[in-house]
Amino acid sequence: MTQITHHLDDALLMGYSAGTLPEAFNLVVATHISMCDDCRARLGAFDAVGGAVLEDAGTVTMDTDAAALLDSVGPQKVTPVVSKPRSDIYPQVLMDYLGPDPEQVKWSKLGMGVRQAILKTSNRASVRLLHIPAGCEMPDHGHHGTELTLVLKGAFIDEQDRFARGDIEIATEDDHHKPVADDSGPCICLAATDAPLHFSGIVQRLAQRWARI
Amino acid sequence: MTENTKWVDCMSRISAERDRASFAAIFDHFGPRIKAFLIKSGSSVSMAEECTQDVMITLWRKAEMFDPSRASVATWIFTIARNRRIDLLRKERRPEPEELTWGPEADPEPEELLGLQQESMQLVAALATLPDKQRELIQKAYFGDLTHAEIASETGLPLGTIKSRIRLALERLRHNMKRNEI
Repeated sequence: MTQITHHLDDALLMGYSAGTLPEAFNLVVATHISMCDDCRARLGAFDAVGGAVLEDAGTVTMDTDAAALLDSVGPQKVTPVVSKPRSDIYPQVLMDYLGPDPEQVKWSKLGMGVRQAILKTSNRASVRLLHIPAGCEMPDHGHHGTELTLVLKGAFIDEQDRFARGDIEIATEDDHHKPVADDSGPCICLAATDAPLHFSGIVQRLAQRWARI
Repeated sequence: MTENTKWVDCMSRISAERDRASFAAIFDHFGPRIKAFLIKSGSSVSMAEECTQDVMITLWRKAEMFDPSRASVATWIFTIARNRRIDLLRKERRPEPEELTWGPEADPEPEELLGLQQESMQLVAALATLPDKQRELIQKAYFGDLTHAEIASETGLPLGTIKSRIRLALERLRHNMKRNEI
């Protein structure tokens, strides 16, 4: 495992554990946890809170009993184990959203060498892959709501920090940042937002209309 | 034997011997709690009944996936119920990180398992002694009544030790998985 220095915060882990995040955020959280045992352990602690809440939730009598339920269970369908394609860049949970061949991801151009691929999730939030050439700037944008950016390959730097594989940046409405892919090669990120991004330039605002961001 | 290790024992008997009596013990304790939890999470009574039955069947079928070094039985059941709720109420997929399992031969260390189980029981006690307002906020978060923005990151619960124990279990598990690969 690589050394990850930027982690999920407690509110995201608790939301993921409670099951209240939009699917797009769940995907970013689950992808980060696939790469980060620290956050996997912290999630375990929040799941334990869920277990405690369950113990404490009171009781409502069941209509059926254990024996009747077991008698109603048919023989288990044996689902054949399909060996799924693996990738060094995309953890398994993300591969499930990309289709059988990650080489076939349908990228579309976003301008200035940046490409994106929007992944299909429920519409409470959206998630996309971003491909940013080395040294290239991401368009300048402010945020409404929350934006999560998880690095899968390469690295980007913004005013404060460097983010490499496994690192996650959590940006809120107050952040106005300008990330740049560093010189180590193209940077691939998984980015989710629960609100449309707001770009500063007029050209970018126009681009926003057809690029669905 | 503490309450929690009793459930762990039931789980291993379900997994090893398909023991119906152990299943009945777990069903009688947790079934009514899952149902109450789901109703408080916004399910109708009939959907909560159906969903609880699904959760118990999943527990019966996937008993061998339960890892007592990383979760109590209550915690494991909570995660199954949560996922089923997302399925039924929101009709959404729930992306999950890849499962890590011990494989056929290896097992977690018994003392680690005990520590984690004790820690989980203390968490139930700690939740009960929180000031009402704070306890309600946590319950609301897990019943799905709070949005992500409303969730307070400060729970007031002592989560440090349980996290460290799970971390340790993960390290052993990773070590074990690596050994199996060679």
